[in-house]
Amino acid sequence: MTLLSLHDLSIAINGKPILHNVSFDIAAGEIVAVTGESGSGKSMTALGIMGLLPRGAMATGRIDLDGVDVLRTDEAALCKMRGNDVGMIFQEPMTALNPVQTIGDQVAETILVHGAADKREAMTRAAAMLDRVGLPNDRFPLSRYPHELSGGQRQRVVIAMAIALRPKLLIADEPTTALDVTTQATILDLLRDLVDEFGMGLLMITHDLAVVANMADRIVVMQHGQLVEQGATDDLLRNMQHPYTKALFAASAHKVSLPENTQSAPFLSVQNVTRDYRTPRKTLFGQPGAFRAVNNVSFSLNKGDRLGLVGESGCGKSTLTRAILGLEPVQSGRITLNDAPVFTGKKPNADVRRKMQVVFQDPYGSFNPRHRVDRLITEPFHLLDTPPTGAARTNAIAKALTDVGLTPDDATKYIHEFSGGQRQRIAIARALITDPELIVFDEAVSALDVSVRAQVLDLMAKLCRERPLSYLFISHDLSVVRTITDRVLVMKSGEIVEQGPTEDVFQNPQHPYTQTLLAAAPILPDG
Amino acid sequence: MIRYILGRLLSLVISLIVASVVIFVVIEIAPGDPASFMLGINAQPETVAALRTELGLDVSKVERYFAWTTGMLTGDFGTSYTYRSPVSELIMDRVVVSLPLAIYALILSTVIAFPAGIYAASRRGGVGDMSVMGATQLGVAIPNFWFAMIMVLIFAINLRWFSAGGFPGWDKGFFGGIKALTLPAISLALPQAAILARVMRSSLLDMLGEDFIRTARAKGLSQRQALWKHAVRNALIPVLTIIGLQFSFLLAGGIIIEQVFFLPGLGRLIFQAISARDLIVVESVVMLLVFVVIVVNFAVDIAYAAVDPRLRTQA
Repeated sequence: MTLLSLHDLSIAINGKPILHNVSFDIAAGEIVAVTGESGSGKSMTALGIMGLLPRGAMATGRIDLDGVDVLRTDEAALCKMRGNDVGMIFQEPMTALNPVQTIGDQVAETILVHGAADKREAMTRAAAMLDRVGLPNDRFPLSRYPHELSGGQRQRVVIAMAIALRPKLLIADEPTTALDVTTQATILDLLRDLVDEFGMGLLMITHDLAVVANMADRIVVMQHGQLVEQGATDDLLRNMQHPYTKALFAASAHKVSLPENTQSAPFLSVQNVTRDYRTPRKTLFGQPGAFRAVNNVSFSLNKGDRLGLVGESGCGKSTLTRAILGLEPVQSGRITLNDAPVFTGKKPNADVRRKMQVVFQDPYGSFNPRHRVDRLITEPFHLLDTPPTGAARTNAIAKALTDVGLTPDDATKYIHEFSGGQRQRIAIARALITDPELIVFDEAVSALDVSVRAQVLDLMAKLCRERPLSYLFISHDLSVVRTITDRVLVMKSGEIVEQGPTEDVFQNPQHPYTQTLLAAAPILPDG
Repeated sequence: MIRYILGRLLSLVISLIVASVVIFVVIEIAPGDPASFMLGINAQPETVAALRTELGLDVSKVERYFAWTTGMLTGDFGTSYTYRSPVSELIMDRVVVSLPLAIYALILSTVIAFPAGIYAASRRGGVGDMSVMGATQLGVAIPNFWFAMIMVLIFAINLRWFSAGGFPGWDKGFFGGIKALTLPAISLALPQAAILARVMRSSLLDMLGEDFIRTARAKGLSQRQALWKHAVRNALIPVLTIIGLQFSFLLAGGIIIEQVFFLPGLGRLIFQAISARDLIVVESVVMLLVFVVIVVNFAVDIAYAAVDPRLRTQA
């Protein structure tokens, strides 16, 4: 039985077309995944179904939700529909909840606002619903506030809110994108169970094709606001028709070939490093507590090594990275690059610092928008005693830009003139310009669309072929680490639980945590 | 929560001690001898010596600091040189005018600003929003003494609803006092209300863009319900900060308004004391104002915690 049906849905915002004639159906009990890259119109489709389009949006076509034409229904009726007939969960659980209200009140609100029960009854039902999504009352009382919960637990609260009135349709917009891979697996299991139990339709929006392939009954592929292909999951995966679908899946499973590392001189050495953070005092005059973010970590990186560092949020990846870059002192242990310590006394060792560069995750936040590209990418020159000037500087800029696939003319542009992928190329150019011996890639491709990500990975492989490049690649994305590194470290709770050649670790993980991590990661079925 | 309050309380006490030391050092020690400063350059040496004894300047500075602070703790602020009466009495006479005036003005400003700010935010970009924002622009721009004089002209001279100035004293009845303070309170409140309304509006608009508002809408709340149930409380934090700052200003910063309405308030007292070089009064009134500012900040900190549960779990 068709629950939701989109006929030729087109949306324009302030006259700019966003969606073009999108049509698809969802039946009760069915999981339909809408996938595509950023700007494909996935989220706008979801907001259209909810009747929550932003100001200035004009929608044409039809959205039939269980017999109601959403586009031709007034706001009061839409308010009755939202939460009652259709629920929605969002990408970012950290901000999706009101920070100053208890979780009990927020779940009960869904019930109260629709007048489905009185306050006491609503709280009882909220407790039952939280229990159902895996937050039992004895450990997660209704009086908890969102900040007292982890990201995965908050996402469960959001799910409880969305399904409190057992809506017929649940829309999940990137529900696990912000979560760790093991948490993602449990949330996806929960969603699948709820669909079975309540007979809901689930419209799942995600860019993660592995998740799509594992969850969905049917797949809808979108590009630039157009639906390019749809079909039952198995059929579509076996027999992709549209070139974009093929390209998308190919980019998702993209593999690069790294050249053999012929060098083997020890280079970066991390010995028994421990890093503590102070935690707030427990009593007014008591000693501040300490949180051990990195515990007795040792590893070494040889010249030409491409080393991966994987682990879930809070495992100490970032802390370790900051210590290696000499940004913070360590409490014990030693970090040396070519036998010189990265941190001496109270400040980073400048001689070592100039041999390392870093590329960050966010290509939008890591550049000063008021500087031109030439100034941005020459920032590392301040580490040098005699930075190049005049023609030498211009040449260095041109070479760095050319190396990453841009043109020397780009030097005079501002950062907002570039796309996310181009910005990440500029970030790599900035890292390369001083010819560093070690580059740290901190989640450097995590924010990119799969096709752009594939291009940046290709660029990295190309750079490896052209020069003796050593890097530390930090990521939570196991499939990327698998192709772009030759050795990998697995980190959990501040410790390195497993390390070895990447392919060995992936094929034959020894530590139980590595096994859990690999098992939880959704895998794209082969061709 | 208890720990949070104790922590804030400790910081309050430390701030007071530091402030008292700074005031003492600046006024008593820095510019030479207070007695000769108070009497001016033409004073007879005997008069200066007599005043030194009267002020207790012949003991050590440390002893004087402790005498001053312990005196204040027991309510003894010393004796004014120009008024020849205890400073505590002088201050008390003024506080009963200035404090009610400040509270009155603050209530008025809040009562005007909250609805105006919320209304403007809920009508963002519309006629209502633009009218409110235009009005607040005027409120910020118009000097309050000019506005005060216009109000005297209309309500006191033409309509004769209020008196043009002066304060009858609370012993003549509560409503008489309130009536005398009404025009000054409105004059003080309007510019503050204009600022507060703008802060409320922008803070609310920030909140309305937050993810949790979208979540609330997805649950079935209307835009208005989402605003009232989820945005307003979250928007209060910056608003509370401004309210705290405004109260401190209203208590002593109303000096021009006190002049316009002939009110015997703290602002006038400190102005006269400075003109007469009465350092004893200056020192004590400044300390009192510092005390009020610090206590108000403490109250604002407690209010933050009441609004935001995240602060309660931190030290």
